[in-house]
Amino acid sequence: MSNTIDTSGKFARSTRRRFLQGGSAVAGAAVLGAGASAAAETENLPPNVPDWMKSPGDPMGSQPYGAPSPFEKGVIKNISNNLKQYISASGRTPLQELDGIITPNGLFYERHHGGVPTIDPAQHRLMLHGLVERPLIFTVDDLRRFPSESRIHFLECSGNPGYSKPYGKTASDLVGLLSCAEWTGVSLKLVLQEAGLKPEAKWVIAEGADAAALTRSVPIEKCLEDAMLVYSQNGERLRPQQGYPLRLLLPGFEGNMNVKWLRRLHVTAGPAYSREETSKYTDLLPDGTAREFSFYMEAKSIITRPSGGQRLGAPGFHEITGIAWSGHGKVKRVEVSVDDGKSWQEARLQEPVLTRALTRFRFPWQWDGKPAVIQSRAIDETGYVQPTLAELLKVRGENYFYHNNAIWPWRVAADGEVTNALA
Amino acid sequence: MRWHEICGFALAISCSVGVSEARAQSPYGIGRPATAAEIAGWNIDVGRDGSNLPKGSGSVSHGREVFAQQCASCHGDNGEGGVGDRLVGGQGTIGTAKPVRTVGSYWPYAPTLFDYIRRAMPQNAPQSLSDDDVYAVSAYILNLNGLIGADATLDATSLAAIKMPNRDKFVGDARPDVK
Repeated sequence: MSNTIDTSGKFARSTRRRFLQGGSAVAGAAVLGAGASAAAETENLPPNVPDWMKSPGDPMGSQPYGAPSPFEKGVIKNISNNLKQYISASGRTPLQELDGIITPNGLFYERHHGGVPTIDPAQHRLMLHGLVERPLIFTVDDLRRFPSESRIHFLECSGNPGYSKPYGKTASDLVGLLSCAEWTGVSLKLVLQEAGLKPEAKWVIAEGADAAALTRSVPIEKCLEDAMLVYSQNGERLRPQQGYPLRLLLPGFEGNMNVKWLRRLHVTAGPAYSREETSKYTDLLPDGTAREFSFYMEAKSIITRPSGGQRLGAPGFHEITGIAWSGHGKVKRVEVSVDDGKSWQEARLQEPVLTRALTRFRFPWQWDGKPAVIQSRAIDETGYVQPTLAELLKVRGENYFYHNNAIWPWRVAADGEVTNALA
Repeated sequence: MRWHEICGFALAISCSVGVSEARAQSPYGIGRPATAAEIAGWNIDVGRDGSNLPKGSGSVSHGREVFAQQCASCHGDNGEGGVGDRLVGGQGTIGTAKPVRTVGSYWPYAPTLFDYIRRAMPQNAPQSLSDDDVYAVSAYILNLNGLIGADATLDATSLAAIKMPNRDKFVGDARPDVK
């Protein structure tokens, strides 16, 4: 915001605002950024009074749906620019830029297999059929009439990351197919009971209304335990990228099974053996056998600050913080090592510590300015301890592809640069 | 597995509820009955045993034509892959250091091929092929993998009868596998 424009009267101000509102966010950010950088060195610092106190700010209504500060324009999804295609593709959450445990909806990771459909909720239906007493069709409004609930859970793609090099540079490159939100919807159990399960019902095949008609089979036990039909995320309706107007949520199960744009639930005696659960999302072992129906995401953690791509400015106090999670329940403990795994100390867990949700951990660190390797490991309420990559590779080999929950160490160089210690 | 134990109990309760409700009203009275015609229109799930495969048939030779028009631009003229997955070859590589996962080398069930092509392919126009064309393309891909002859024609029965080479190589989830 330059003085020239801001002090030249109301007419000029409103003209400038129309330009900013009419232009793209990037153009607006560039203008503000340029103005700020010219003045920022000293003019806005003590003892001077900053520019933004000398005239009123943007009027109410300048952003009917709020957007982040233009100075945060670099905090966006991490989407590779050299994918083979962008219809069946994924985009990652910038984990190293975020605090707390809730992922903003605009930064929630994406994985879709047939693009993102634009669905008119008035024309969307959920069909529930198969081994039920009463096959039913629901509108989205119907589903909102059921008793509702809200729960905080993480979602993680099972290929997050793979087992072979090249390994990513940042926390997002490594495990950015991970996000966490407060979900609101109806317990799937209630909806299944509405139709009446037959005794031989053992699986539910869920199908999306996307161009992949993506199909996964879910054991009935999970459907009756904690599965939800979700219509809202972090207080607002689902984003199209997250399945608007309706998605399946299976807390702790691999992301692919949480079928988006949900249109059909087929209750069956056995799984579908769909393409997604046979040719994909099966875990290939060195002996040529492959594990199928491997649903759970095991305990995992990663330090997000300091992490790859960041730089410590100087020796001294630095808080180490990160996230931990487990598909099997609550995180019981997180341990941090700052000496390349020689010793481990307990990190402090930020409340709330919730079942199948991200848990934020923190650890105070005095960096002595010497090269260091820092890492975290999660222990969940089953007692399971997050393993090293070497331990996983020994059992699973490099072609297992999915469900890599390895400890990921960061190397801190003497100049403060942080890089992937396994790369 | 843990959830089997925990939820077996929940399942027992739920099933008894389900049975006792069978002739009762829905607990909330929400939703409307789905008709047989509506279900038939939407239920495109094909079982691994070929259940729910539709009528119709398609030959390898017709499949070659459909594949050239609809599939080759992404999967290559001979299914060697490109923007889309490689579909052909790789048999004998799955237990090696460089496994090549294709329909022929990895997929356990042939009816899944019909199911997937019908629901999701071609990527730019899914659910646009006729059932006969889906049988034909399935036949062509299986022929390219050496699993049926060049003069074969597939229908529901013959597609379900094909034994895929990798069928018996799938095992249960043995995690936690690192302790």
